[in-house]
Amino acid sequence: MNAIENPIVHRQSSHCESGVVANMLNSQGFELSEPMVFGLSAALTFVYLPMVKVGGLPLIAYRMPPKSIISSVCKKLGVKVTSQKFKNEDEGMAALDKALSEGKLVGLQTSVYWLPYFPEDMRFQFNAHNLMVYGKNEQGDYLISDPVFENVVTCTAESLKQARFAKGMLAAKGLMYVMDKPEMQVELEEQIKKSIKKTAKMMSGLVLPFFGIKGINHLAKKIDKLEKVSEQEAGMFLSNIVRMQEEIGTGGAGFRFMYASFLDEASQLLNDSSLHEISQYTTEVGDLWREFAMQAVLYCKKRKNVSLKDVSNSLRVCAERETILRSKLLSWSKG
Amino acid sequence: MKKDEVPQDGCKTYSGHKKLIYAVGEEGHYEGVKSSGWEVEGFATEMAVSALDSQLEQAKAEYIKGDVSPIAYYIPLFRFDLMSLAHATGFFQWQIKRHMTCDIFNKLSDKKLQKYSDVFNISLTELKKPEIES
Repeated sequence: MNAIENPIVHRQSSHCESGVVANMLNSQGFELSEPMVFGLSAALTFVYLPMVKVGGLPLIAYRMPPKSIISSVCKKLGVKVTSQKFKNEDEGMAALDKALSEGKLVGLQTSVYWLPYFPEDMRFQFNAHNLMVYGKNEQGDYLISDPVFENVVTCTAESLKQARFAKGMLAAKGLMYVMDKPEMQVELEEQIKKSIKKTAKMMSGLVLPFFGIKGINHLAKKIDKLEKVSEQEAGMFLSNIVRMQEEIGTGGAGFRFMYASFLDEASQLLNDSSLHEISQYTTEVGDLWREFAMQAVLYCKKRKNVSLKDVSNSLRVCAERETILRSKLLSWSKG
Repeated sequence: MKKDEVPQDGCKTYSGHKKLIYAVGEEGHYEGVKSSGWEVEGFATEMAVSALDSQLEQAKAEYIKGDVSPIAYYIPLFRFDLMSLAHATGFFQWQIKRHMTCDIFNKLSDKKLQKYSDVFNISLTELKKPEIES
């Protein structure tokens, strides 16, 4: 078998989807940082869906649903993305090989569980992971730039097939995507403004109490009600929030630090010091989310001086500050 | 969070890996910083992992005693729960619950069992008779 290795730039990222998009763009000569990708796609949000259970615990997310980052950024940059799904597994693998032999970099949606290079404690049934394949070695193993890892990795064809075609919620169905070469001239200023406005608007939440600031307050109420369940159950509920916020590739504080980094970069790009001040404020908000995570874990450790009320109150502080952040972002985007 | 405040707690759940965190550097601007883990996050992960482990231990003991079918053992082994397995196999949760009893399991057709084999990525033989590591 002939080995293929298409040239890439692999930069470690915090999050899989924004990381793949940034690495794909950078590999094709279009310099854009991961936080810039994240910010431009207006992916920052908060979601608490008590009726959707993952591993028996409610769904909590700090960003927009999978695939929204890639589609929204590429639309803003005017880059064409071609994606394909497959009914037949072998056709899906053949299409990947064909694209690689044409010199393309291929984005894949996969399950985390079947990727053998993931550490044991991080393997779970989650089907919306993203990675980029850039070649194949002589043994027939795929060369992979998985953005959440420090270095590039390899994966056998068998495992990659299993990961691409794992069934279940958010099943990838072999989804692969390739990006056309990006145009070098894009007016970022206008796009930055638009995306900040969109993020600010989403922060107040929709009619239902599950999104944005409303969602945060709703979750705080739910934490108060944990008084009625066993300490064990309350602990599992709280540690699940902490995992979604910190463990699942968010760059810390549920993407708040990545967003602050985007605002910082945007302020330098637009030479706008008021945006830098908002970035600093967002950092403070992120620090408060970390404080909340700490309180939640202290409760789990059964520290007597931390009550559920303390935990929910530290979350309410986040909601209050996000309300202020929202008005700062909104008034900037209107200026 | 400042760059020098990025936790480096060497979490064992990271298995020696490092993650990228965004933090404020000396000049007041953001940069990516590698972190070997935050104790707070590591504690939450370990709680989840140990809950799964104890589920698996329980299922293993019940299977060995003959109280439940291999499905009950494989669910925690492959880190599924009733809902995710229902999505993956196309069975309803109540059907899976029935398949977790020995009587019903033993009567299942190979066609139905194959759905489980595919999702767990194991052979029918393994599905019917798990090799349990003690």
